[in-house]
Amino acid sequence: MNSFRFRPTFPISWQALFSLLIFGFMYLPILVLTIYSFNDSRYSTVWKGFTWKWYQSLLQDSRILTALTNSLIVAVVAVAIAAVIGTLMAVGLAKYHFFGKRVYQGVAYLPLIIPDIAIAVATLVFLAAVAIPLSGGLIHLSLGTIIAAHVVFCLAYIALVVSTRLTDLDPHLEEAALDLGATPAQALLQVLLPELMPAIVAGCLLAFVLSLDDFLIASFTAGGGAATLPMEIFSRIRTGVKPDINALSVILILSSGFLFALAEYLRYRSEKKRFE
Amino acid sequence: MATHFPSLAPESESKTSPAWLQPLLMLAPAGIWLVLMLVIPTLLIFQLSLVPGIRPGQVVNPSGLDNYFRIFQPDYWPVLLRSLSFSLGTTFFCLLLGFPVAYWIALMVPKRWQNLVLLAFVLPLWTSSLLRSYAWITILRPTGLLNSALTSLGLPPLDILNREPAVLIGMTYSLLPYMVLILYASLEKLDRRLLEAAADLGATPRQAFWKITVPQSLTGIAAGGLLVFITCMGDFVNPEVLGGASSMTIARLVYNQFLGATQNWGFGSALSMLLILIVSIAIALLLKYGDRSGAGGV
Repeated sequence: MNSFRFRPTFPISWQALFSLLIFGFMYLPILVLTIYSFNDSRYSTVWKGFTWKWYQSLLQDSRILTALTNSLIVAVVAVAIAAVIGTLMAVGLAKYHFFGKRVYQGVAYLPLIIPDIAIAVATLVFLAAVAIPLSGGLIHLSLGTIIAAHVVFCLAYIALVVSTRLTDLDPHLEEAALDLGATPAQALLQVLLPELMPAIVAGCLLAFVLSLDDFLIASFTAGGGAATLPMEIFSRIRTGVKPDINALSVILILSSGFLFALAEYLRYRSEKKRFE
Repeated sequence: MATHFPSLAPESESKTSPAWLQPLLMLAPAGIWLVLMLVIPTLLIFQLSLVPGIRPGQVVNPSGLDNYFRIFQPDYWPVLLRSLSFSLGTTFFCLLLGFPVAYWIALMVPKRWQNLVLLAFVLPLWTSSLLRSYAWITILRPTGLLNSALTSLGLPPLDILNREPAVLIGMTYSLLPYMVLILYASLEKLDRRLLEAAADLGATPRQAFWKITVPQSLTGIAAGGLLVFITCMGDFVNPEVLGGASSMTIARLVYNQFLGATQNWGFGSALSMLLILIVSIAIALLLKYGDRSGAGGV
């Protein structure tokens, strides 16, 4: 059925072989890190036998653990804030027409295209020149400022995913709820929100991963204060190749693979429910 | 009779009177956040870019465009050219490697496996980009995996870590999944009847490919190329981790002006504005020339 008429009936085409090669290219670095994370040698090209010691030293490394905690705090708080105001924004933009809507939209989706480094620089300059003096020094460069900066791009990604879903939705559903006597707030919370939930969750996961991965914006807005995991990794990569970083990569890859599988499972389940 | 529904009157009142309240409640929180954390900051770096030689806390008379002239002095030409060539080179390689993969997934993998194969392909995206770059150090360094393989085959070792080829490999590796995702989305919509018609009318597969598949996926090619290009222009991690001292790019220069040893916020702001300008030009070009195929919704 799905074979091409003008394609020879070989089960294996050059495209398939080529793709297999590229799959190898995509997974090669991950494979290399995994193998070396169990290598007993410090100089990783020679295999000197299996060991867990890099994992053990990692789990006793308080700087890594603090950085991981910081990263998780930043990601959870930024995503939570962005989920609420980003969903409201996406719904508001879909529902209402107002003067300056296109400008608002343009600004909201700007973080998707402006390079991270420019956002990072701008935020640092703003904090140093306006926010910190205005607050009388109440604002410090620390986790709070990283979160405030992360909300901006998390917002853009969550709103993008939610608004894609909104265009597929039946607009009459909410109208029907309103006709049947629901208040606008009830219609939003009890009718629209459940329909949007899969998109919100998907957007949150995407934003969560991006927040955990962000190095530039965090370094510019953290000041000398708290370091996030990418900042800690960066400073270690700079000082040389260390096998415990391999172990860290493997743990991170496994956990993000798990998150990814979870996200896909949730998406699959919600889609199945939708078509039942 | 209205007393039967005491709750209805105040409610319908609250529904009608503040017509502006609901939109405001929905759009103001994000709007305020964006103005504070994105709009004002961008205006500020524009202002700062017009102030020459400023260090944190230093007050200098603003005198215009010096920072912008400085970018185009011969000292910085190699940096600009290197940034551009990394971006163009990566876009080329991503297209070259990504197109066959996207084509295979969209047109040759059975429908029910497509999502799974695509997910497997983009899974590495979910890992830390720093660690993925770092992994390439292990592969590319003088005593690394690549050279062990080469020497065991009797070939001379390559010294590419801390040079341009390593950056190109790292960038291509990081952006290939995005390219494949976008190309897949556009190839998946391809009208297969046209391919069949072409075959019926005697076109060779090569002719059908160049006259039907490529023109129909031009929007996807342009969108994917643009995404790769602008991401590479602003990429800091790959040049920094894999490029060594000789691979200075715009993004690294910006970083050094703020967090590195150089500390010249005015010059750094001008460089950031240049990055934003290049990205805007790339997008404007796409909107102008990509619009014909109906992607006008942006």
